[in-house]
Amino acid sequence: MSKDPKSEAELTWQDLEVGCVISNPGNASRYKTGDWRSLRPVVDTGRCVRCGVCYIFCPDMAIRKTEDGYFRSDLSYCQGCGICARECITGCITMVPEED
Amino acid sequence: MADRVGVEVSIAAAEAVKMAGVDVVAAYPITPQTHIVEHLSELVHDGELDAEFIPVESEHSAMSVCCGSSAVGARTFTCTSSQGLALMNEIVFIAASMRLPIVMILANRSMSGPLSIWNDHTDVMSVRDCGWIQVFAENGQEVFDHVMFAFRVAESRKVSLPVMLNLDGFVLTHVIEPIEYWDAASVKKYLPDFDPINRLHPDDPVTMGAFGMPGIFTETKKAQNEALISAMPEILKAWDELAGITGRQYGPVETFHSDDAETLFCTMGSSSETVSLAVEELRAEGASVGQVRLRLWRPFPFDRFREAVRGAKRIIVIDRALSYGGPGGPVAAELRAALYHEDTAPVITNFLCGFASRDVTVEDYKAMYAKALKIPKEQARQEDYIMYGVRE
Repeated sequence: MSKDPKSEAELTWQDLEVGCVISNPGNASRYKTGDWRSLRPVVDTGRCVRCGVCYIFCPDMAIRKTEDGYFRSDLSYCQGCGICARECITGCITMVPEED
Repeated sequence: MADRVGVEVSIAAAEAVKMAGVDVVAAYPITPQTHIVEHLSELVHDGELDAEFIPVESEHSAMSVCCGSSAVGARTFTCTSSQGLALMNEIVFIAASMRLPIVMILANRSMSGPLSIWNDHTDVMSVRDCGWIQVFAENGQEVFDHVMFAFRVAESRKVSLPVMLNLDGFVLTHVIEPIEYWDAASVKKYLPDFDPINRLHPDDPVTMGAFGMPGIFTETKKAQNEALISAMPEILKAWDELAGITGRQYGPVETFHSDDAETLFCTMGSSSETVSLAVEELRAEGASVGQVRLRLWRPFPFDRFREAVRGAKRIIVIDRALSYGGPGGPVAAELRAALYHEDTAPVITNFLCGFASRDVTVEDYKAMYAKALKIPKEQARQEDYIMYGVRE
């Protein structure tokens, strides 16, 4: 909530912006929600047609197009909701349980 | 400045908002505020006021729209009463926490039920803790002056908080009073353009209204309260500059024959004027009595209040609201708290009257004075109040 890159626990009330405005937009990327998940998407690239539907539907914008043209989840942010697997046209995405 | 002309206070209020150069008005009609927003809609329709008038579907929407328009840097105004204030309640708190300098006129009216369109302070007391700057006007001229004051203080970069201007419904909104409008040059001198600290704009994106996790919420509340408390210097400066322009000096606590008085009436809003007549009559009869009038309700002017009542043996607090199951009248409760640590605190007698604008006359206030003097200090308890005139 401030221009300082302090962690939340270090912020004093005087560090806060007026009205709690967040003046560095996109800083939600500092919040790694990946460790929230209990299921992980696994893509069978043999069946993937690279349509990008999973990328469009991901509510966390955690899916990105990689250099080889396939779409992969960024596991730092993926919360394992399974929407990509549900929306996938070819059904090539499987949600598997996270082990530990 | 212009001549003093007899005009309905609601119309004068709307004209003040127009002269202040408001950009957006989002409001929903409710008795007794209706003439204010109707006149504003006419001014916009007739091209006299270049502003967006947004006829929203409810007061909840009105305050939501106001938050949006203030967030993009538009000078924003709304107006409501009792049930309308209740309907927008959640957003009222948000406007303050987001530090959006919205100006709202609250035409004080009873909170239902039973349904009452008439005037008392039960509506404003329901938002005591909302975080807005809150002031009270006693007559039509004060209403006009305080519209300018409200925009000036709210939008000051040292404040950036919403301001609620209270005026008694019907008692002020629907009466014709002699009012002197400001001239355009004075408005321009007093009210600079709105230059917000933060603004929603695609060129420089910010996020407003995010949520706050438990780890930070406490700090945000401290910051918000410090902002409200430290608005006092700007508030005082705005009143001093207003005096320079109009010759009318306002203050957080105004006094009337209070210096040597043993007993002080404490009042807020239009009833202050009736009480001052009672004070004059009582003094002519030899009573040692005066009056303090609270103009600034939030941030509460603790030091000035304590100074204004120093030396008084008794304070008669006139409340026009009731805290059910609690300490009686809200104003009395706050005054007791303000005086709790004083070495010699006066006896406080709390009268509740004027609910739904039941008439309270000069004679009634004189009767309250006589009654109060008969109550010995030992018998006065924190939670005692007298509901004056209630038929038992």
